[in-house]
Amino acid sequence: MSERPSAGGRRAAQRVADDIAPARPASNVDLFFTFNRLALQGFGGVLAVAQRELVERKGWLTRQQFVEMLALSQVLPGPNVVNLALMFGDRFFGLRGAFAALAGLMLVPLAIVVALTFAYGEFSRLAPVAGALRGMGAIAAGLVIATALKLMTALGSSQLGRPLAGAFATLTFVAIAWLRWPLVWVIAGLGSLAVAIAYRRMR
Amino acid sequence: MTPLVHATLTHADLLGLFAHFLVLSLLAVGGAITTAPDMHRYVVDEHQWISDAQFSASVAIAQAAPGPNVLFVAVIGWNVAGPIGALATMSGTLLPSTALTLVATRWGTSRRETRSMRAFTAGLTPLTIGLLVATGWVLARPYVGDDLGAFGAIGLIVVAIVVMMRTRISPMWLVGLGALVGALGWV
Repeated sequence: MSERPSAGGRRAAQRVADDIAPARPASNVDLFFTFNRLALQGFGGVLAVAQRELVERKGWLTRQQFVEMLALSQVLPGPNVVNLALMFGDRFFGLRGAFAALAGLMLVPLAIVVALTFAYGEFSRLAPVAGALRGMGAIAAGLVIATALKLMTALGSSQLGRPLAGAFATLTFVAIAWLRWPLVWVIAGLGSLAVAIAYRRMR
Repeated sequence: MTPLVHATLTHADLLGLFAHFLVLSLLAVGGAITTAPDMHRYVVDEHQWISDAQFSASVAIAQAAPGPNVLFVAVIGWNVAGPIGALATMSGTLLPSTALTLVATRWGTSRRETRSMRAFTAGLTPLTIGLLVATGWVLARPYVGDDLGAFGAIGLIVVAIVVMMRTRISPMWLVGLGALVGALGWV
């Protein structure tokens, strides 16, 4: 059942630390279908699959590039994965690429979710349906945590240095998950401190 | 859940719905789900267009379906006013952030190699990873805190983490496993 890695994927795995991605999308159609494919695998969120497809299978981004693009898409307002698709498409094929990736990400899943809304009205009283929803939710949580753990390797090559980068990641987690501080303030406060330190450490 | 009966919305109501999601789009730093509490306040508490249960179910359906979680916004719109409601909430959510992202990306890309741009991404990368762990934690918390099915749920979470870290198996199979285990009543 496990998928064989493509040539691009294997090379990507070897060159994680490098800043040059081993492959690139061929066309807007390629972008559309890749994002469609990753969206349709993304139950409970697309981020985990996006990392696997774009970095590990296709080799279109290095882990480092992925996490940087993700950082930008999180700082900008709006849905993260949508922002990521727009940025990714724009990077290779400009505006048309941005909308090709966005369309691939949204069109088919939108049709499915509307169909499910109808179905849910009919079947939500059945215990197995409610149970299945819970089971899928637990898996979704695990997928997000695993993606975070994988991307932690990108902290090693941070200009902040591994210990300081790790400290900022931990503080962010504590502020959001435990203290429940508003996200805007966490990013404005911790974020500007981290950026300032990174700026001072670069020549 | 009772069968969905769409509230009757006037044109002014629809415009208000669109405008509200337009504003929320620009406040949704860290993902659309972070503005869900304010959507709830607007469509459930203030206008009573849908019930509390319908709101929760909207989020759960979008989570269970393949695709971006932001589609919960479309489900809420659909439950409020059918297709036109989905169009209002979805376009409201996507238009401002899409325009801003495209402008900001191009501005940033042309300055990618400058010291300030490199410091910006280097500084924010650790926050991104911390946020991702926090999101996983927030998603996991309802299952871990609930002793009824905690054992099965924690098992599923651990299996998902280990399989993702150690193998190249598609996450789809894991979600299928979760649905099966849940349907059998073990979660």
